[in-house]
Amino acid sequence: MRLEPVANPTLLRQLGLPALALCATVLVAMALALLAGADPFAVLGQILTGALGSRLAVLETLNRATPLIFTGLAVAVAFRAKLWNIGAEAQLYAGAIIAVLLGTGAMGAPFVLPVSAVVALLAGAMLLLVPVLLKVRLGVDEVVTTLLLNFIMALFVSYLLEGPLKDPMGMGWPKSPALIPEARLPRIVDGLRLHWGFALALIAAGIVWLIQTRTTLGFEMRAVGANIRAARFAGMPVNAVLVKTALLSGGLAALAGWSEVAGAKGHLSLDLSPGFGYTGIIVAMLALLHPLGVVVTALFVAGVFVGADAMSRAAGVPTYIADMLLAVALLFMVLAIALTRVRVVRG
Amino acid sequence: MGGAVIEILISASFWAAVLRIASPLIFATMGELICERAGVLNLGIEGIMVIGAFAGWMAVYLGLPLWGGVAVAFGAGALFGLLHGVLVVPFGLSQHVVGLGVTLLATATAYFAYRLALPEVTTPPKITPFQAWEVPVLSDIPLLGPALFAQTPLTYAAFACAGVVAFVLYRTPLGLALRAAGENPAALEAQGVSVSGIRIGAVMVGSGLMAVGGSFLTLSAFSSFFFEMVNGRGWICIALVVFGAWRPGKAVLGALLFAGFDALQIRLQQTPLGAVVPYQLFLMLPYVLSILALIAMSRRAQVPAALMVPYTKGER
Repeated sequence: MRLEPVANPTLLRQLGLPALALCATVLVAMALALLAGADPFAVLGQILTGALGSRLAVLETLNRATPLIFTGLAVAVAFRAKLWNIGAEAQLYAGAIIAVLLGTGAMGAPFVLPVSAVVALLAGAMLLLVPVLLKVRLGVDEVVTTLLLNFIMALFVSYLLEGPLKDPMGMGWPKSPALIPEARLPRIVDGLRLHWGFALALIAAGIVWLIQTRTTLGFEMRAVGANIRAARFAGMPVNAVLVKTALLSGGLAALAGWSEVAGAKGHLSLDLSPGFGYTGIIVAMLALLHPLGVVVTALFVAGVFVGADAMSRAAGVPTYIADMLLAVALLFMVLAIALTRVRVVRG
Repeated sequence: MGGAVIEILISASFWAAVLRIASPLIFATMGELICERAGVLNLGIEGIMVIGAFAGWMAVYLGLPLWGGVAVAFGAGALFGLLHGVLVVPFGLSQHVVGLGVTLLATATAYFAYRLALPEVTTPPKITPFQAWEVPVLSDIPLLGPALFAQTPLTYAAFACAGVVAFVLYRTPLGLALRAAGENPAALEAQGVSVSGIRIGAVMVGSGLMAVGGSFLTLSAFSSFFFEMVNGRGWICIALVVFGAWRPGKAVLGALLFAGFDALQIRLQQTPLGAVVPYQLFLMLPYVLSILALIAMSRRAQVPAALMVPYTKGER
């Protein structure tokens, strides 16, 4: 058996294979349900209704999707330029810390929200700048450094929450004081539990799309990602492009944490993110790194998580089924995309 | 302060702890090193260590002997290695993306299976782990004896494993073929050896070793399985491979140095210094050191020439 390139993949091939990947994921879901001793069709149904079955469920899915859109965009922007930012989790917490620092009384009404958003963005950008400078100046692999920074940041947040940022009224729990009302993101519609972070995430996706398709920087990012040598040969300032990509990516990831604190939670705690930074990688890859696609896949991924939570309460299948399915979906999807360009032949 | 450090450094329990902490790192670093010398980056390492910790523990919990648990862990790791290998070698998919996918899948599989097997436990059940095996005569040497020769069998196995890896890599035709796969795959293919076969095999064996490293945590160190127990050790091992310049001997030294700092920070927390400095700063030390190690080696790193370069037969 060997692989043979397909010169002009048909539309059927381009759409059919990813669809097949999704179907295969559903089959895996059913197999896992059987393994857990539950009725596979009931489990699928419960995941679906858990994610979309009621107004409350839909709102929960939208809320869960909000940080995932930001981290998904952060990963998509970076991966497009082959900058392997696996540190979105740390950058997210950088944004969350800023939201607390500026949002607990340091600043008053009209300025606190925009200022804290901008500072959060800068903090995330700076945090990614360090590994990227190490990469372009010294050739230090950014995968490992960004990964390790996640662990360092988690410990730093733990230190802050037990020390300088500890809520004196928190009954000993490691959490920050609550944000002042002026520092909270308001709800988009009165009475609906959905904050402006969701709208901002959609706007961010639009802006990233515009940058990628309509600006020189976007073109350069894609060129660097497609072939860094060719980009350098063409006279592109490759290192500068990588640094700009890092600033954008780190900033987007930080907004995820900022909007979670300012919008959803109102305070910072150690369980602010159940791995939104890592899940952003799945969101971005399923969207084939397309910024508008990220919105769709973030909603899908959020739906799987929210639905699996509800299903787990009803059917008793462990919630980790969601993580398994998303990892399987990721692997099937990259394989499907590869198979649109090559086919397996005998001989 | 200086006195406290010296007091720690001359205690046998410190050096015993260094070898204990280094053991899982040595297994997993050897595993990653084999993969990378064959030309494949394996970011599945973190998840494969988790599945190894879980599978080894579960097998023993269900009644297998301890070494049976180690074998099960190796098998589970090799299985995920096969997945990684098939996706990145013949299909040439991004080693970064697939590796992270394998980590997510392996971790989720371990957690899912754990919850499935033990739905309602609040305190994780324990197994009887490997006990220290004192080498006759040698373990009676003062200071050195209790430090080096009163370890669990898996620790001795870790060092033996590094020796075997070094021997195979530099003294056997198989090792030559493996290194060629990572340096000049076209030359290897010209010799009539299948590059894909060598690479997939290397990733399977390497992943098996990573999983054994993970199983050290449950079968030798902690005796139960709990979530997030691997806690970035896999990523640290990737840094150790770079720090060791892709050589087994240097990588073992790196692991020992790293374990030394880790053992030191745990003990420093108990000194007056620990009352002043927040404990989180001590816990950060291993991760900060890994980054510093990468920076220190950045200019001298001798990366395998074909690392992360997919090979297609007949293409130049």
